[in-house]
Amino acid sequence: MSSGPTGEIYRIDWLPGTDILHGTCHCGAEHSAQDPVEMWEWMLGHPEGHSPAAPRGNSS
Amino acid sequence: MPHTTSFARNQWYVAAYSHEVGREELLGRTILGEPLVFYRTEEEGTPVALADRCVHRRFPLHEKPGRLDGDRIVCGYHGFTYDTTGTCVYVPGQKRIPRTARVASYPVVELDSLVWVWIGDPALADPQTIPRARHLDAPGWTTVRGMEPIAADYGLLVDNLLDLSHETYLHGGYIGTPEVAETPITTEVDEGAGIVRVSRHMDDAACPPFYAKSTGIEGRITRWQDIEYHAPCLYLLHSRIAPAGVVPEADGSDPGGFHTEITYAITPSADGQVYDFWMVSRDWATEDEEVTGFLRDNNHTVVMQDVDALNLLQKTLGSERTGYQELSINIDTGGLAARRILARLVEEGDKPVEKVL
Repeated sequence: MSSGPTGEIYRIDWLPGTDILHGTCHCGAEHSAQDPVEMWEWMLGHPEGHSPAAPRGNSS
Repeated sequence: MPHTTSFARNQWYVAAYSHEVGREELLGRTILGEPLVFYRTEEEGTPVALADRCVHRRFPLHEKPGRLDGDRIVCGYHGFTYDTTGTCVYVPGQKRIPRTARVASYPVVELDSLVWVWIGDPALADPQTIPRARHLDAPGWTTVRGMEPIAADYGLLVDNLLDLSHETYLHGGYIGTPEVAETPITTEVDEGAGIVRVSRHMDDAACPPFYAKSTGIEGRITRWQDIEYHAPCLYLLHSRIAPAGVVPEADGSDPGGFHTEITYAITPSADGQVYDFWMVSRDWATEDEEVTGFLRDNNHTVVMQDVDALNLLQKTLGSERTGYQELSINIDTGGLAARRILARLVEEGDKPVEKVL
C-alpha cells in the first residue's frame, strides 16, 4: 500500500559488466556482494555493521 | 505440500474492472479467501461489496436467480433481502427479522477504472493509501485489458513479474530478446511505502516483434523497463521504446519515445489461486484499431504463457518434499525484496489492532 515515500531507501546496483552487486543502505553505508540473499541480509541487518564512514565490505 | 504465501490483510486489493461491476449481472469474486458479491446502486452507480453468502443457508448471493431490487440484493434461494450495508431487511413469511441477520459489507473505492476492496478491519480503510494508475482512464491513453485466474500461489506471480529476465526465454519471439536477460538491473526499496523499484535500461537492443510490429520501429532500439511494485497488489511497468540512441529531451519531453504502461493487479483469491488482471496502455497510435487489436491479442498470448508456466510450477512445487531448496542469483534481487515486503505486510495484517480508548 502506498503511504508515500519515507526517504528510507535501500538501493542495490548490479554493476554492469560484472557479477557484483553494490548495495547502499538508507543510512549511507555501502557493501558489495555476489549473492542477493547475502546482500539483503547485510542490508536488513541495519544498523549492525552499517557505518557511513566504514570501509566498503566485500565478500566476493 | 502446496506452495502458499500467506495473505496480507488490512490492505486494498483490485477486485474487478469498473466495467465488470453493474446491475445486470451480480459479480462474484473470492478475495483472500473471502467470497464477495459486487453490484452498483441504482441512482449513484456506486459499487457495493457484500459477503457473498446468505446468512440463512449460505447460498451465494451472486448466483441466479438472485437479483437486485433497487439497491437491495435478494437471495435466489429463499428471498432474504439485504441493503447496501449488509443489513437484512426482509425474510420470507414473518415480520421479525433476527438481529443477527446481516452480511458483512466491505469498503470499496472506484479509482482509475479499477474497483478496489479493503480486506481487513474496515475501521482502518483509508482510500488515500490506494496506489494510482492514472493512465488507465486518462485522456491521451488507450488501454487493452483482461483477467486470467491462475491456479497458483500469488507469490509466484509476484516473482514472475519482478524478474523480467524470464521474457527472454518464456516469451521469446514476443516481448523477449537476449538483451533483457543480459542487462543488469538496479533495485530500490522504499521500506515505509512498501514499494519495490526494479530498472533495466537497455541502450542497444533488438526490437521484439511485439513492439516492432506495433510501433513500426525498424532496427535496434533503446529499451527501458522501470518496474514499480506497490505491494501487495499493484504492479506498474513503465516501458519506453525508442530507436537506438534516442533519449528524452533536456526539458523532459520525449517526442521520439513510445511509452507503454503495463499494469498488473495481483489479487490473491484463495490459497494457490490468484487473479491476474493485466492492462497495456499506450500514448501512441491511440486511435489505431489495428494496433489495439494487435496489442490485445499478443499480450493475451504472453499472459497465457505466464499462466501456463505458473500453473505448472504450482503443481510441481506441490509435489516437492518439504524443505526443498531454491537458488537465487542477481536477477532475483528485486523479487527477493518483494517477498520480504510481503512477509512484513502479512505480519502487520495479522497483528491485533490496538484500540484507542
